[in-house]
Amino acid sequence: MSHEDVLNPKHMPHDPEKATLEGKNKFLAFWFFLGGETVLFASLFGTYIALNGSTAGENTPEHLFGLELVFLMTMMLLTSSLTSVYAMYHMKNHDFRKMQTWLAITVLLGLAFLGCEIYEFLHYVHEYEFTFGSSAFASAFYTLVGFHGGHVLFGLSWIVALMIRNQKRGLNLYNAPKFYVASLYWHFIDVVWVFIFTVVYLMGKVG
Amino acid sequence: MSNSSHSKPTRQMEYEKKQHKEEMKQQVITFVLMILFTFVAFGMVIMEVNSYFVIPTLIILALVQVVFQLYYFMHMKNKGHNMPAMMMYGGAAVAGLTIITFSSIIWW
Repeated sequence: MSHEDVLNPKHMPHDPEKATLEGKNKFLAFWFFLGGETVLFASLFGTYIALNGSTAGENTPEHLFGLELVFLMTMMLLTSSLTSVYAMYHMKNHDFRKMQTWLAITVLLGLAFLGCEIYEFLHYVHEYEFTFGSSAFASAFYTLVGFHGGHVLFGLSWIVALMIRNQKRGLNLYNAPKFYVASLYWHFIDVVWVFIFTVVYLMGKVG
Repeated sequence: MSNSSHSKPTRQMEYEKKQHKEEMKQQVITFVLMILFTFVAFGMVIMEVNSYFVIPTLIILALVQVVFQLYYFMHMKNKGHNMPAMMMYGGAAVAGLTIITFSSIIWW
């Protein structure tokens, strides 16, 4: 049995993402990475919580933020989290086409989210002259929310790269862990966003 | 011989498909609850509920949503997730300390 045959069995196992040693290792290492990411974002949140009162002028959180756009963005990201769950559901049923379709929907929702975020930042810069260097609050805000936006961009590129690279290969035990780990990353992005919309936007509006 | 080796994986597959469907149903319910929490959180802020009450409630709603995301969407409730749980709880513990340190000593 060649290596290729091992990775493309006649009957796919129950958990294709954890059927090989490499898959198991990827799974563990990725959770280790997510634990580290948690701490990294905590340092940005800690900075933001400490500095969001240092506004150097009238551009306070309460003055700047509009909840309509944030609500829309929250719904997009939350829905994209569900669509990537559907993608993994079809992966476990070994239906590669449907998995690709749901991943494509996830990517579209992620792109829409990113577009809204870029619009939001441009709006702050042009309408309020609220730039990265305006105040300590501005720096902390753009660093935290922008870093999350960077994660969204990276996640999108990652998922698109996987979809294109494996388009003709179909699902096998070599790429199943890759898809699974990318979907974990996508969920983690939504986890961080839950705290961003709560701590930055909602608590900013409450004052 | 050929019959038994053929039917066993098929039956096994059907059983697994059913299990996956059941799990998917739970995940859709989770999603509906998360949407609901989001509506409550935004609704409280828009309707300007008293702020002593609203901030702790917002934080609790966020924590519950994140637990749903981790345990259902990211499958931490399933078997074989002891190490992931350790990583995440370890990360969360250090994250909590980091936030306290940053907001009380470093940037204050």
